[in-house]
Amino acid sequence: MGCVTPSIRGRADVANDALLAIRDLSVEFATPRGVVRAVRDVSLEVRRGECLAIVGESGSGKSQLLLGSFGLLAARGSARGSARFAGEELLGSDQAPLRAVRGTRVAMVFQDPMNSLTPHLTIGRQLAEVVLDRRLLDPQQARARSIEVLRAVRMPEPEARVRQYPHELSGGQRQRAAIAMALMTNPDLLVADEPTTALDVTVQAQVIDVLREARDGGLSLVLITHDLGVVAGIADRVAVMYAGRIVELAPVRELFASPAHPYTAALLASVPRLDTPVAARLASIEGQPPRPGEERPGCAFAPRCPGAFERCGAVAPQLRHDGARSVACHAPLADSGAAS
Amino acid sequence: MAGSTLASVMTDDGLWIDARRRLLGNRAAVAAAVLVLLLVLAALLGPLVSPYELDQVDWTLSPLTSPPSLDNGHWFGTDSNGRDLFVRVWAGTQVSLLVALLATAVSVVIGVAWGATAGYLGGRVDGWMMRVVDVLYALPYMFFVIILTVVFGRSLWLIFLAIGAVGWLTMARIVRGQALALRQREFVAAAVTLGLPAHRIIARHIVPNVLGTVVVYATLTVPQVILFESFLSFLGLGVQEPLTSLGRLVAEGALEMETAPWQLLAPSAVLAALLLALNFLGDGLRDALDPRQG
Amino acid sequence: MTERLLRVRGLTVRFPLRRASPFASRSWLTAVDALDLEVAEGQSVGIVGESGCGKSTLARAILALVTPQSGTIEWRGEPVGRDDRGGLRRMRRELQAVFQDPVGSLDPRMTIGESIAEALVALAGPQGRPAAAVRVNACLDEVGLDPALAARYPHELSGGQCQRAAIARAIVGRPRLLVCDEAVSALDVSVQAQIVNLLAGLQRRHGLALLFISHNLAVVRHLCDEVVVLYLGRVVERAPREAIFARPRHPYTRALLAAVPRPDPSPPEPAGEILSREPDTSPGPAAKPAAGCAYSARCPFADATCCAQAPVLEDTGGGQLIACHHWRTLPTRP
Repeated sequence: MGCVTPSIRGRADVANDALLAIRDLSVEFATPRGVVRAVRDVSLEVRRGECLAIVGESGSGKSQLLLGSFGLLAARGSARGSARFAGEELLGSDQAPLRAVRGTRVAMVFQDPMNSLTPHLTIGRQLAEVVLDRRLLDPQQARARSIEVLRAVRMPEPEARVRQYPHELSGGQRQRAAIAMALMTNPDLLVADEPTTALDVTVQAQVIDVLREARDGGLSLVLITHDLGVVAGIADRVAVMYAGRIVELAPVRELFASPAHPYTAALLASVPRLDTPVAARLASIEGQPPRPGEERPGCAFAPRCPGAFERCGAVAPQLRHDGARSVACHAPLADSGAAS
Repeated sequence: MAGSTLASVMTDDGLWIDARRRLLGNRAAVAAAVLVLLLVLAALLGPLVSPYELDQVDWTLSPLTSPPSLDNGHWFGTDSNGRDLFVRVWAGTQVSLLVALLATAVSVVIGVAWGATAGYLGGRVDGWMMRVVDVLYALPYMFFVIILTVVFGRSLWLIFLAIGAVGWLTMARIVRGQALALRQREFVAAAVTLGLPAHRIIARHIVPNVLGTVVVYATLTVPQVILFESFLSFLGLGVQEPLTSLGRLVAEGALEMETAPWQLLAPSAVLAALLLALNFLGDGLRDALDPRQG
Repeated sequence: MTERLLRVRGLTVRFPLRRASPFASRSWLTAVDALDLEVAEGQSVGIVGESGCGKSTLARAILALVTPQSGTIEWRGEPVGRDDRGGLRRMRRELQAVFQDPVGSLDPRMTIGESIAEALVALAGPQGRPAAAVRVNACLDEVGLDPALAARYPHELSGGQCQRAAIARAIVGRPRLLVCDEAVSALDVSVQAQIVNLLAGLQRRHGLALLFISHNLAVVRHLCDEVVVLYLGRVVERAPREAIFARPRHPYTRALLAAVPRPDPSPPEPAGEILSREPDTSPGPAAKPAAGCAYSARCPFADATCCAQAPVLEDTGGGQLIACHHWRTLPTRP
């Protein structure tokens, strides 16, 4: 398993192949009022050593995509399609590969650290539990590893922290503890679902630094967020989701410099920034994001899209690939170089 | 954020519609509701169906108390005075239900008003109001009721007043807890910011939002009251002749248990069925109305 | 001559902390510490700060939802205390609020039309009732909602629609000052922009003053003429928008602005200055130093004076106020 390597850095192979390959994944929920499709036929890859950001608003399905890939859906949810981790299918009828990687080679960090941390156990005990439960290390080694990992996430005074309870830590420290817990087994992939949303902005910057260092050390990272500023600071590639589908996928610089999908462009334009002149009106997108379960023919963004025409309301655009960029739009923005 | 959107979509039909759906899906609760309905119907129609009257002594029988039989029309048998038990059991059920409903209504009205006010006002007022509840809780209410019946005589109205006057305590505690939680919600802060006086806020914003809980506990209070009234009757303090209640019938039947077991059987069976059904229904309502489900 | 609408002086709000034992002396969490604030007619003032800075408590104290230990709140020159019924009623007619949770700030048992009508009757008195329906529709229209939505319940509407309804409820009585307590923080990014535009539009059209409380500096920059920065219950800096974002002076303000992630993947500028000394000491509730400047524990420029004596707000000219012993001598940004 290789978790006894004492450092989270220095991974041997960072070849550019797919660590996580999701193909035609759909996530559905059975509700009393019918089937709600949270994710619709999404295909995505996460390569080794990269940070892939998945950006979207509420109802976009960005969280359900990863939860579905790793069998973490709520009771009434089901995932169809394929999700392969290092070549092994996770969604097959055989649950063994899923159980083998979940928690050891793949770890997750959530928005509210109080959801990941048990209130009545000390930090040290929770961190050690991760490796002791699976008998990967003995108690002595587990304790040493806990302190080492806390140091790696830049937790101040790690030796003192292991004896403390979650409520004695500040919000930022708790999130670091949650990240440390995820890193205990030296995973290949870390999925972070809105890890900084609940944090103060000064703390957010530090937590992002920790994640960036982990990524630089060879850890693959999937960052799910709605915050474009955070994305710009750490992501290598960005996937933009809307109404359960990927509408655009591009390397981070290209996405910000010349977005191809009207939604991406509108989103970027509507975020108030500190470094641009203050305009009288923020460029907002009319209407609201569709609720999960709303079905309509054609493109889900068409009702809000300034460039929508007839075809948009009738035929759902497919995700078209052009080199490193992909976009699902009948009329991608011209200056992006991805025009059809 | 996505998770919460999904959760809200899955359960966003509003409290009552959602609750009804959950309740209908709970087979035990539905069966219980049907049983309650049947018992109520039987209580109303039973005395009309039988050829006998409530107080009518059947002199044709010898001895006067006789077991159930189909040919003489005494389907549940007769009691020691020769009166038909079928009619008496259902008439008694009517009385028990009436007492229970009225007493529950009294305890709901007082309990909700007290609890909502205490919970919303909080602080010292809440402290004092709930101390009153605590003290009353500590009083041996059985003695209290006995003293009342001794002083004022045994009347139906007194019974349900006495029961209701005690039953509001639990309701007040429960409502107070809900009101305390509601007080933190932003729509209450908005109402205060509008300058609405406290009594308006309690009446328009707190009480309507605790009704779900109130319905549940009222349904669970009804069987408690029936039992309490039965107990009073068992002690001889319940309703007076010519009225009868399930409790009285059980008391009378218990005396003849060895020689005429049918006198105990019918009223006990109906009492047990009623209590069981109401408890199941109350549980089902609580599960259905609990917003944390799903 | 613009009228001064709201004036807060020396406001202190404390909350009791749980005692270790009944015999230990009670300790207090001072959420707002001897704070001064002013809002003039038509002005939009932004209050920024991180968790624990007291901005929400400040809002609640101004709205008379919590009782301050000391200090005064004056509305249009008249002091208003929490038990001053007449004064509160007068103030509430002109001072209203929009809260953070759009769905939660509306009574789930009332349609939004009923909620707005209730506000109208509460503020204008029962004589407002006959004309209520007309006014409700006018307000819904003004916030960009279809009047047909008046019959819907909050859970049937989206977050953005609920917040518009909450704003309609707040403006139905034609207030002069609107307190917005994290009013856009719970909304999607694309919807946030709509609501910000709505608030800006209302401000322009009606000369409405805004007290906009937020942790999102970019939104505040867009919406507010003046910005007040709070730290652990005290004002550390106050300045007009342009000054505070282009030339922040207080070390905390600078740390805050530097920490905001830019939606721009260009390589980060080389770290010129050390802005915050320790890696993560987000202040917990009781983390305030006993004496001296509240920020001294984190400030890279703190010295003995800072730890001993609390700085007062000084005017640096140009309408900029700052509470720092060393503001004159701090290195300025290139």
